[in-house]
Amino acid sequence: MIWIRRFAVAFLGLVFALGLAADWVAPAPYARQFRAEPNAPPSREFPLGLDGLGRDRFSRLLQGTRISLLLAPAAALIAISVALLIGGSAGFLGGWWDHAAMRVTDLFLSLPWLFLFLTARAMLPLNVAPSASIVITFAMMGLLGWASSARVIRSAVPELLSSEFALYARACGCAEPRIWRRHLLPHLRVLLTAQFWILIPVFILGEASLGLLGLGVAEPLPSWGNLIRELESVPALAEYWVLAPVLLLAAVMICFQLVKTGRGVQTF
Amino acid sequence: MNGAPDAAKPSLSGRVARHAVSLLLTLLLGGFFGALLLRFGPGFDVDERDLDMRYSAQSREAIHRERAGDRNIFSFYVRYIERAAQGDFGVSRSLAVPVSELIATRAGVTTRLIGLGLAFGWTLGLGFAVASVRWRKPAVIVFSETFCGVALSLPAAVVALLVFLTAGPVSLVIGIAIFPRVFRFARDLFEKALDRPQVLAASARGVAERWIFLRYVVRPAWAPLIALAGVSVSIAFGAAIPVEVICDLPGLGQLAWKAALARDLPVLVSLTLIVTAITLAANAVADVALEAART
Repeated sequence: MIWIRRFAVAFLGLVFALGLAADWVAPAPYARQFRAEPNAPPSREFPLGLDGLGRDRFSRLLQGTRISLLLAPAAALIAISVALLIGGSAGFLGGWWDHAAMRVTDLFLSLPWLFLFLTARAMLPLNVAPSASIVITFAMMGLLGWASSARVIRSAVPELLSSEFALYARACGCAEPRIWRRHLLPHLRVLLTAQFWILIPVFILGEASLGLLGLGVAEPLPSWGNLIRELESVPALAEYWVLAPVLLLAAVMICFQLVKTGRGVQTF
Repeated sequence: MNGAPDAAKPSLSGRVARHAVSLLLTLLLGGFFGALLLRFGPGFDVDERDLDMRYSAQSREAIHRERAGDRNIFSFYVRYIERAAQGDFGVSRSLAVPVSELIATRAGVTTRLIGLGLAFGWTLGLGFAVASVRWRKPAVIVFSETFCGVALSLPAAVVALLVFLTAGPVSLVIGIAIFPRVFRFARDLFEKALDRPQVLAASARGVAERWIFLRYVVRPAWAPLIALAGVSVSIAFGAAIPVEVICDLPGLGQLAWKAALARDLPVLVSLTLIVTAITLAANAVADVALEAART
């Protein structure tokens, strides 16, 4: 099955590349309106047709891909950093801090994540500039999505601290910061990388859900979430080409799963 | 490895009490975080009645006094907990209806939706897991893996939208959100159990395959599956929000969404507490059942 994984990696690379090159590849700017023909069906000029405001769906899909795919890793990086800080310190310090940190982690894990995002997003300004809405959406996901990774890191740190190489380093007079920097962090890197790969699709799905509920990236900026939202105003599924963002999202997520399975990462 | 004697282990009632205390503490902490978030969110001090010229200066002053008590997060939270203990969750600011009344009228819809969805998702997940491990037919394995992959790849909101557009049953969405987790977890458990030496020994003794599967594969998997049941309640609750919003079902998820858009403080804090309580209680029951099953 290695060829399927290679195909998944290649597909993800292609989609990432298209997202990065959206400014050059997209036939029209994402906000440009062709007011003479709103809701136009697909044509040679507009491969996915025009939306209700006369904007080119294909161009918006490319720009939305860039926003959704490039900012999800950024959010994952924030989440991993917070998880390392909380989980690592809980595992290292132990005692009351460990109990308190794990209680907060339990709380974050027990709340349905969409409920958490919904509540937090609603507390932040809703009427903000589109670019600010991107930062708010992904920073919020990064700051709220650390709990599962923190738990994994928390359970790994005491094991590493009591491992033979850490004991040897301590016996040789190594200071704790040096042990962390030179011995623990390199061993944690594999774990952190795995958690990073797990979180990226979670945040892509999170943005799509928030966008569908009208709480994600603000118009006119496109993202997969607010592009999929267009389905709400479509009469049945007669205009099947509006399903393109859903199909792309599903394809990318399946590829992420295939890559994760290949790396031996368990998602549940 | 662990040399602690069995007598030192807490009894079942002790474990239940420990879970209850843990649940209460986490609940109080959750409520406090919810209140904190809402209290310091922008727009907390804004009241649209301030802009209504029909209110006199004295009325506006009274409105300000009414809100002044909410400014201190600790006093707001303590007063809230005191009232909540008496069943009074305050009045919704956006809908002008008591929160307990709103929750009572909407809880049934969400309970029914989640109940049906959980039943559907578990039946489907366990069914596919048993079929793919028991019969090992390539068609079954490929179909269940593909279905599982697609279900994991689409957010519940998108599935809800597709189900809504095709006029399908809405509880299907919750079931599709639950199915892949149950399927993969159960299948991995069953496959691990099949590799155990007891299975090989039973096969060598000529025990019927169906009996081997029930006795040595399904039975030991029950305890971990119970733990998963607690987690699946939380997943179902999360999936219920977009389902209720998109399919216009008057449940707690839709209420949370409307309250979030209107920044309705009493409703959001109450819902935060209720959702936390339900998911924590489900997890605690699953943990106790798991410990009981293991002992």
